[in-house]
Amino acid sequence: MKIIACVKQVPDSAARVVVEDGQVTWGDAPLVINPWDEYAVETALVQTEEHGGDVIAISIGSETSKEALKHALAMGCSEAILISDPELDEIDSLTAAKILSAAIQKVGEVDLAFFGRQAIDGDMGVTAAQTARVLGWPAFTLVSTISELNPGSGTIRVERSIEEGRQVVEGKLPAVVSVVKDIGEPRYPSFMGIRKASRANIPTWTLADLNLGEFSVQVKWPDLINPPKREIKTEIVEGEGPEEVAEKLADKILEEKML
Amino acid sequence: MANKIWVYIDHFKGQVHQASWEAIGAGRELAKELDSGIAAIVAGMNVDEVAEQAFHYGADEVFLANDQSLEDYRAEPYASVVSTLAKEHNPEVILFPTTTRGREIAAMTAVDLDAGVMPDVIAMELQDGKVLATRPIYAGKLFSKVFSTTKPQIFTLRVRAFTKPEADPSQKGTLTAVDVPISEDAIQTKIAGYSQAEEGVSLSDAAVIVSAGRGVSNNPDLTPPDGMDEKEAEIWRAKEGFQLVGELAQVLGGALGASRAAVDAGYIPYNHQVGQTGKVVSPDLYIACGISGAIQHQAGMRTSKIIVAINKDPEAPIFKMARYGVVGDMHKIVPELTKIFQQRLGK
Repeated sequence: MKIIACVKQVPDSAARVVVEDGQVTWGDAPLVINPWDEYAVETALVQTEEHGGDVIAISIGSETSKEALKHALAMGCSEAILISDPELDEIDSLTAAKILSAAIQKVGEVDLAFFGRQAIDGDMGVTAAQTARVLGWPAFTLVSTISELNPGSGTIRVERSIEEGRQVVEGKLPAVVSVVKDIGEPRYPSFMGIRKASRANIPTWTLADLNLGEFSVQVKWPDLINPPKREIKTEIVEGEGPEEVAEKLADKILEEKML
Repeated sequence: MANKIWVYIDHFKGQVHQASWEAIGAGRELAKELDSGIAAIVAGMNVDEVAEQAFHYGADEVFLANDQSLEDYRAEPYASVVSTLAKEHNPEVILFPTTTRGREIAAMTAVDLDAGVMPDVIAMELQDGKVLATRPIYAGKLFSKVFSTTKPQIFTLRVRAFTKPEADPSQKGTLTAVDVPISEDAIQTKIAGYSQAEEGVSLSDAAVIVSAGRGVSNNPDLTPPDGMDEKEAEIWRAKEGFQLVGELAQVLGGALGASRAAVDAGYIPYNHQVGQTGKVVSPDLYIACGISGAIQHQAGMRTSKIIVAINKDPEAPIFKMARYGVVGDMHKIVPELTKIFQQRLGK
């Protein structure tokens, strides 16, 4: 099977992200592979281990995004491709979906494209569904279990998480799949994997390589702001023993008239 | 006069998600300024009742797609219903609730219409006839102002961020039946069934959340059964702890949450995780028990209206965000709280 894993580089989830002079900064926090995308890479690797084939990691981003791709390579992906272009500074989700679709088609004969549920920087959570729609492939989003994958008949059955429980969905390959954490813990890169990844040659594709012309990005974000500070006066509730403390705390909570 | 503001009504087998009504409320504010009405889109099978409810909550018009192919929810045909209608009628704005369904239908509709999509917004205002929206990014560590240069402007609205209007059963409107523009054969996915229904109140919808962290496994008064190794004993203690926390959540009619630390330690399934890589929640009341308040957890619950922290460590960062704090052992305080609320709330 030929499987694509789409990954993005983001600031670490522990980073203190703030706006200073109109610019986003995360101090000296590291840039890492989007944590959700590690699950996508893991799922893709598990499927090729079972059915044979290769996983190709793809990322849109600047040169530094190669580090996220190297993480995917160190986990076990066979190839990685960076899509980078000066035109791609501030793209919206639809543009990203069009670029990823073009890249998936350029790779050719792809059976599955895996995504994480969302990137923890933009929190959009729409790229998988949009990429599937652009490609005209079925979308299996928020998948918690791949119950059946049959490369021979080109069919797939998954369980996906919705608010009310899990929906069992079937369809044909090629398909786009986005995964949630329940799919299985991502592996740590092995020592050998890290060595191999550090020496890997990651090609860069430009928009011209994808035969994509000018884009008109439609969603603009003119302002990034720090959330309004909450003026919180913390009141420490004290008393003689847990019973009295709980009694006083319950009074305070009931006074707020939230219940 | 054509209705320029559209609202997608999300439901599961006829049960409408409350955030759909919140979206009508939010749409009404825009509609007033644009001197327009509101059209709602209802798609499903046997969902006439949903259309009726949409009128009660303020829709002036309802497009109703009632078809066998829509009996089970699938994004593909649902998005085709919305985008086909939009191509015909050219609305200015389409609002969806940010549910799993709303988000992906909005995403696909945007592809069909070659339009911008802005998910999970918490505020909207009109500027020069365009909607300028606010959306939290980095799990709420920052806010981003967003707009689309083209029409329709497609948004999904965060659950509980906008006020639900009062239903008025006397309100009526124009009902227009529409066809599903895609045949069953052309739909690429089939629903084989459902498994594992969610139990209790869902985190995203909850008005009250009681959460626990690593501290949930530290009850010194508990003696685990014989024969357990250290890890098993830790998990056993944690489950006992979550039992207490769950009882408080139940008495308050709320949902049970957890920190990433508690989930990663194997104390509780992932669907309870609150935080940047879990769920971002915004309840009226958030009670954090034995949670230190790492930045990744804070990002997921900082917009809760009232935060209560119970923690043994007076230096825990969670106290800085809390309206009320108790420095003490959650295993002693939580059961007492449950008892008192049981009495006071008459449950």
